[in-house]
Amino acid sequence: MKKIKVVHYINQFFAGIGGEEKADIKPEKKDGFMGPGIGLNGMFKEEAEIVGTIICGDSYFNENLEEAQAEVFEMIKSYEPDLFIAGPAFNAGRYGVACGAIAKYVKEELNIPVLTAMYKENPGVDMYAKDVHIIETGDSAASMRKVLPLMTSFALKLVKNEVIGTPEEEGYIPMGVRRNVFVDEIGGKRAVDMLVKKLNKEDFETEYPMPVFDNVEPGKAIKDLSKAKIALVTSGGIVPPGNPDKIESSSASKYGAYDITGVRNLEVACHETAHGGYDPSFANEDANRIVPLDVLRDMEDEGIIGELYNTFFSTVGNGTSVKNSLKYAEEFTKQLLADDVDAVILTST
Amino acid sequence: MVKGIEKSGIPVVHICTVVPISLTVGANRIVPATAIPYPLGDPTLAEPEEKKLRRKLIEKALETLTTEISEQTVF
Repeated sequence: MKKIKVVHYINQFFAGIGGEEKADIKPEKKDGFMGPGIGLNGMFKEEAEIVGTIICGDSYFNENLEEAQAEVFEMIKSYEPDLFIAGPAFNAGRYGVACGAIAKYVKEELNIPVLTAMYKENPGVDMYAKDVHIIETGDSAASMRKVLPLMTSFALKLVKNEVIGTPEEEGYIPMGVRRNVFVDEIGGKRAVDMLVKKLNKEDFETEYPMPVFDNVEPGKAIKDLSKAKIALVTSGGIVPPGNPDKIESSSASKYGAYDITGVRNLEVACHETAHGGYDPSFANEDANRIVPLDVLRDMEDEGIIGELYNTFFSTVGNGTSVKNSLKYAEEFTKQLLADDVDAVILTST
Repeated sequence: MVKGIEKSGIPVVHICTVVPISLTVGANRIVPATAIPYPLGDPTLAEPEEKKLRRKLIEKALETLTTEISEQTVF
């Protein structure tokens, strides 16, 4: 039997080209397999073979979505694959978005099975879980060994058009697809059973999970900027020299509150970034590129804004959980409210 | 973080490069930035030009804060 032809997509890091300083590399293709593809290819045994690997820098892909997608797609197409695999991306946000975007595109354009894998909090999940199968991974590459066998066996099922089980059975993230099944008991009986369990505070499983809408209402617009107190917040990890609070370069366990009374310019004040998820050289050279203090001080002088709040809040957004980010924001927002801050400018890298 | 702040009623403008991620995390007022490692700058420009670029982005951000919106909006 002919071997199934697989094309694999990875980022600059997993290709061994480099870290953040290489995140802007353009797409390139290499025959055969590399990085996590070595493991995948081994597990495919004789059934399938990775014939080509496409590599693209995470920043390049996300900053040039459409062009990057088209370039990567042409490279994938050139191998005439039967199956496309992207990642695993774990908790790397830009990588996850790239994997999801390109997998969706390949599925639509080439009509072949596609598969990617990432951590459930990766923004790529919210964006693409409905479109493509995403195998759930842990939040770091430490879960590589567990996830690769899941990916290969599931990918082969997809290619062979075998029956796909539920997300729990197969290990993929729910796509919101409902399938009709026959059950022994009628709906009324099942509903009452569920209610009884609920009343007894026992575990029960709903047959129709409600979608979660957790967006917040937009805050009311400011009437008069010249009287407004504006605060600066960043997920770009800008900290005073030496990172006094020791905010971690990824999965930050804290945020910092930094006094900027009398400070007019973060470049001059030698602020730097603690963030490990982007090339820090530009921020270290001039932190105003992340936290625009210089311009806001000018505007304060010119009376365009009422005043700049004299504390800025900073954490590292790299791999930091949604739960923690929310907790940090809720904490410092109490202070913002107490000090009558009217609006927030939040910058992200 | 955007949601954590904005649910208090304080309006937030999110300046960021990867707009789809901003939409996913639930920012309401969004201003697209220059690039991931330097959202509010451009190291290829001379310093006065770079500051002008930053000022433009901030002016736009402040404008969004004075604009009433009812849903997620990319300015």
